[in-house]
Amino acid sequence: MDNLIEIRGVRHAYQTGAGPLPVLDGLDISVPKGEFCAVVGPSGCGKSTLTRLVAGLMKPDAGEVWLDGEKVTSPRKTVGMAFQNPVLLEWRSILDNVILPLEIVAPAMPRRDRVARAEALLEMVGLEGFEAKRPSELSGGMRQRASLCRAIVHKPDVLIMDEPFGALDNFTREDLWQTMRDLRAKEPFTAVLITHDLRESVFLGDQVVVLSGRPARTQHILNVDLPQDRTIDVLYTQKAADMLHTLRDQIKIAQGRAPEAA
Amino acid sequence: MESLRRIAVPVAAIAAFLAVWEALVRINGWPNYVMASPSDLPAAYAQFWELFLVGAWQTLWRTVAGLALAVVFGLLLGMIMGFSRVMRDALYPLLVGFNAIPKATLVPVLALLFIGQHDFNTVMMAFLISFFPIAVSVGIGLSTLEPEYRDILRSLGASRFTIFRKIALPKTLPEFFGALKVSVTLAFIGTNLVEIVSPHGRGLGALFLSGQTNSNYPLMFAVLIALAVLGIALYYAVVALERTFAGWAERQAT
Repeated sequence: MDNLIEIRGVRHAYQTGAGPLPVLDGLDISVPKGEFCAVVGPSGCGKSTLTRLVAGLMKPDAGEVWLDGEKVTSPRKTVGMAFQNPVLLEWRSILDNVILPLEIVAPAMPRRDRVARAEALLEMVGLEGFEAKRPSELSGGMRQRASLCRAIVHKPDVLIMDEPFGALDNFTREDLWQTMRDLRAKEPFTAVLITHDLRESVFLGDQVVVLSGRPARTQHILNVDLPQDRTIDVLYTQKAADMLHTLRDQIKIAQGRAPEAA
Repeated sequence: MESLRRIAVPVAAIAAFLAVWEALVRINGWPNYVMASPSDLPAAYAQFWELFLVGAWQTLWRTVAGLALAVVFGLLLGMIMGFSRVMRDALYPLLVGFNAIPKATLVPVLALLFIGQHDFNTVMMAFLISFFPIAVSVGIGLSTLEPEYRDILRSLGASRFTIFRKIALPKTLPEFFGALKVSVTLAFIGTNLVEIVSPHGRGLGALFLSGQTNSNYPLMFAVLIALAVLGIALYYAVVALERTFAGWAERQAT
């Protein structure tokens, strides 16, 4: 199978005091190697559960998650994660925050090589000169850039992002979309991006998966046939507008409302 | 200039406090068997300086020993409660109940359990009275760790111990030191309680008691001031440790 990520018929429910709460029910997602998969859906539809399943942090009640031809049953070193909260460690410098995953994944790697790798990444995202700073000295957008570096410092096969740009203002967010695009060109990885932002999903995604309301199943898959080296301008083309329109209608359906008349 | 201010301000505050105290005693015309004044103290220190040195040392080492026990035990208990919900539910009522017991009531219990072991009893009391804040704050610090912090390492297959060492422990340090500052003063109270209450006690507490039995009121007040000085010294020792190990949590003044 040539899909790096293969999610088949995944069902999952949380046990609560009031009985089981199903969050995922019939989830199917396939992401070929090197592709960028954006996942959108109504609030509380189980998108974060999806990230934890792909990362191997939990097991689904039913169905299967495959990464690179192997069934996921536990965490693996080939995964990188980024969240809405950058969760940088305040007692470490930016450089040492980025290095953290290497301490786990490659304990034998010499410090010199780790530093070189982290510095190269920080430069790519425009954080050169901030290596020695503490996270609290950086702006929200810069912290998120550092968090992205940390997520890919160990060259993971899969980058899983749970609304990484959700807490940023619009301009910073668009800057980070471009940073993300540039990183992809230099650092090959397969990505799953959970987002609430339809424009973000179209700008960054090779495909956009729309999840239904809870319990979530795959409701719609939109193939984004735009060139890889997109600029923000592409969002103002008719093609993008049509895609955004389709996504919006699908979200309405997912929320259980009728799509607005055209 | 800045360092001068940092020393001058607290020194001036202490001087002002002593001046008000002295003035209160003089204005009211209290004799020194009602209330000693600061000017009575130098004579007391000059007369009993050897006893002060010995007593202060005994009080200090037993307090520090009790505090060290409290740190070890408090950390352990905090880790157990921080990582296990069941243990948290099980231990909390017991701990709160134990903390609510006036520790003076434990003096005879300890004295009977370990007859004649005065040093041991004193260290135990300093420990018993001071571990609670450490256990609670470490427990809360660990149990309120945002799951994302754990997930960034767990998703790489890191062990629980690695996650604890690299993330949970350093992240809990500011809470730990906050609790330690409370525990320092509590440990002093514990030590002095035993020193004052038990017969043939040692340390500054015993010196206080002998001042009382001999109606030497300036001596009693001199002991109290000596205790305060010890307390301040130990407190700032903790502050220095905090700066070293958790200085990152301190916000820069802007």
